[in-house]
Amino acid sequence: MKNKHILSVSVRDEPGVLVRIAGLFARRGFNIESLAVAPSGQEGISRTTFVVTGDDNDINQVEKQLFKLIDIIEVTNHTDAPFVDRELMLVKVRVSSPDDRVEIRQIAQDFRASIVDVHREALIFEVTGDEGKMTAFIDQMRSFGIIELIRSGRVALTRSAADDRVEQPNPLNFREVAA
Amino acid sequence: MTGAEIIMRALEREGVQTIFGHPGGAIMPIYDAIYDSPIEHVLVRHEQAGAHMADAFYRTSGKVGVCFATSGPGATNLVTGLATAQMDSSAVVAITGNIPQELIGTDGFQEADVYGITMPVTKHNYLVKDVNDLPRVIREAFYIASTGRPGPVLIDIPKDVQIADFTGDFDDVEIDLPGYDAKVPVDMTQVEAAIEAIKAAKKPIMMVGGGAQTSSQEIMDFANKLGIPVITTLMGIGAYPAGDDLALGMPGMHGTVTANRAITHCDLLIGAGMRFDDRVTGKISRFAKNATVVHIDIDPAELSKLVHAHVPVAGDLKDVIPALSSKLDKLVITEWWDQLKEWRDKYPERYKTDKPLVSQEVIEMFHEATKGDCVVTTEVGQHQMYAARLFPTSKPRTFLTSGGLGTMGFGLPAAVGAAFARPGEQIVCIAGDGSVQMNIQELATIKKHELPIIIAITNNGVLGMVRQWQEMFFEERYSEIYLADSNPDFQKLAEAYGIDGYTVYDRETAKSLIPEVLAKGKPAVMNFVVYQSEHVFPMIPSGAGLDEMLIGDQEEDSAPIESQLVTS
Ligand SMILES: Cc1ncc(C[n+]2csc(CCOP(=O)(O)OP(=O)(O)O)c2C)c(N)n1
Repeated sequence: MKNKHILSVSVRDEPGVLVRIAGLFARRGFNIESLAVAPSGQEGISRTTFVVTGDDNDINQVEKQLFKLIDIIEVTNHTDAPFVDRELMLVKVRVSSPDDRVEIRQIAQDFRASIVDVHREALIFEVTGDEGKMTAFIDQMRSFGIIELIRSGRVALTRSAADDRVEQPNPLNFREVAA
Repeated sequence: MTGAEIIMRALEREGVQTIFGHPGGAIMPIYDAIYDSPIEHVLVRHEQAGAHMADAFYRTSGKVGVCFATSGPGATNLVTGLATAQMDSSAVVAITGNIPQELIGTDGFQEADVYGITMPVTKHNYLVKDVNDLPRVIREAFYIASTGRPGPVLIDIPKDVQIADFTGDFDDVEIDLPGYDAKVPVDMTQVEAAIEAIKAAKKPIMMVGGGAQTSSQEIMDFANKLGIPVITTLMGIGAYPAGDDLALGMPGMHGTVTANRAITHCDLLIGAGMRFDDRVTGKISRFAKNATVVHIDIDPAELSKLVHAHVPVAGDLKDVIPALSSKLDKLVITEWWDQLKEWRDKYPERYKTDKPLVSQEVIEMFHEATKGDCVVTTEVGQHQMYAARLFPTSKPRTFLTSGGLGTMGFGLPAAVGAAFARPGEQIVCIAGDGSVQMNIQELATIKKHELPIIIAITNNGVLGMVRQWQEMFFEERYSEIYLADSNPDFQKLAEAYGIDGYTVYDRETAKSLIPEVLAKGKPAVMNFVVYQSEHVFPMIPSGAGLDEMLIGDQEEDSAPIESQLVTS
């Protein structure tokens, strides 16, 4: 059965590391649905978050092949344990009438979306949340007219009390790889 | 000291004795440093050949092979060699010069994005930007190449880094690879599970691949203790002695009837240091349908990649096999052996000799003359499959062939690499008249170093393997496979290089000449003019299952070519 999986990958900040990852995905025919890259808080290490779709076997291969790349330090599949995920979206919505403006602002408030740019004929909203919230917001705004939209790609963390990242329940290790 | 001098010193520290390379503008400072270095440099005539030599050097000696090339065209010429090494898990360190950093990205003269180009064909690669990183990078490159699942590593070094003054600490080479685990810890619960599976089996087989070349002794001890049948893949030849009582031969597309039937009927398959290549499995859904699969490999990513492993064991065979051995005794599998022996007796290696000289008998004559006690390299094609079946060696690291990539042009330079790795040993390269021309220029290297290499060309005048497919699957539409009208006279060609050349047309001459030429211990090219329309049988058509074998000449009284579909 094909499912969406969120993978967090800690990588060394080496030139070309993203090319390595992208090349691996392309070469092995894995599909990336979204990708986010940012510094991890640890010096010299970045954290990339992927959303990939596939059955358990596909994902297992993705994880293992990623792990083989020398510059990749850790691979965590969040889907195996409780996790929090967030995405950031900027949406430019058409404002055709004063009535619309009121209604649009009301909906935005319900979503806790903030207005980041105001124009006579459009508003830009910033929305943060999980995928369901993004989709719902887009659905609500569609009837007014979405002029432009951009999403950051998802980022995720496993829910756990431990503050040390190494203690997360699911960093890929050889035992699990083998199983 | 300059970067270039540091590079040579670092290579010395890694124990490098031989480098295969070709100079050019962007690597001149390094070649200047070679001038004073005790390391032997072998000047090749094409960088691809240099990469194959380094690859073969590793395959035969277990020591990392090293090759050099200049930027741009020199480096791109390496690519086929690197891909070949990558597919067959061979430890190679390639060093390329690049143009000065200030010109990189400007389409400078002889610039190519070698770092980008070689990423998918290496285990890892480096672009060195700071001269002081050189000692660490070189140490890491050798470490990565030779540990875990071996593979090629490329180090691209811009010219300004080669000439820069080194101000770092040459002895500070602490490896900084937090994302790399060279040693896979063996999971004992999986080992226990494997032991239970083996104990429960009534029809077990073990299949060993290229990964077993380093653990040949362990494999032999295990097999002999258990009395388990052993199949060796193309890459596994030599890891278990061919012709031994327990040996069933090669599996797959051109495997033996016995090996393929054993796979189809077994109830337990131990795959050790092999990766279930499609040329081995045929159609996966028909592969070892009744078997519990125990898969042991040092690369966890291979486990369940293609064939589902019921018992996946990540680990080095050197650790896993003895752990299994210690808890197992001789298996009681008499009925299974009766069945296997019946197949083995009924389908021995067999081919027709009711024609003019055929490749298969020539190759078998080499086997008889050497007793398989030599290093064999092959090119790619029909002759490669004949060599695998009729000229398998009995010792590990002695059968060199491009299994994963199937690179025509591998065999001749591989023979050179082997000759440097094992000075004084007899090397035989089994070649086709097509493949041999892909790196024929290395006859010069053979001559220069007077290497004891015999290049045996089974000259059928065609791209034989392609011809066979066209005959069988493309309605005999022989498209672009004919070579005979324009092949060189290989004997004269050899002579032009100052190497002994022979042309042989008949079996009597072949029989007497082969031992004679072998005895000379000199380089030689032997051109055997053979029958054109020979076929490699048995054969599993591409996409079919191992139980859908075309047996052809293997059947005792079958017509010479007409093959029968035998479903086993
Ligand atoms: C570099 C490369 N190009 C093309 C092929 C495809 N190919 C595989 S076997 C073969 C024919 C080889 O002919 P020859 O070397 O004469 O050997 P024979 O099959 O006749 O024994 C070809 C073209 C290949 N394996 N490698």
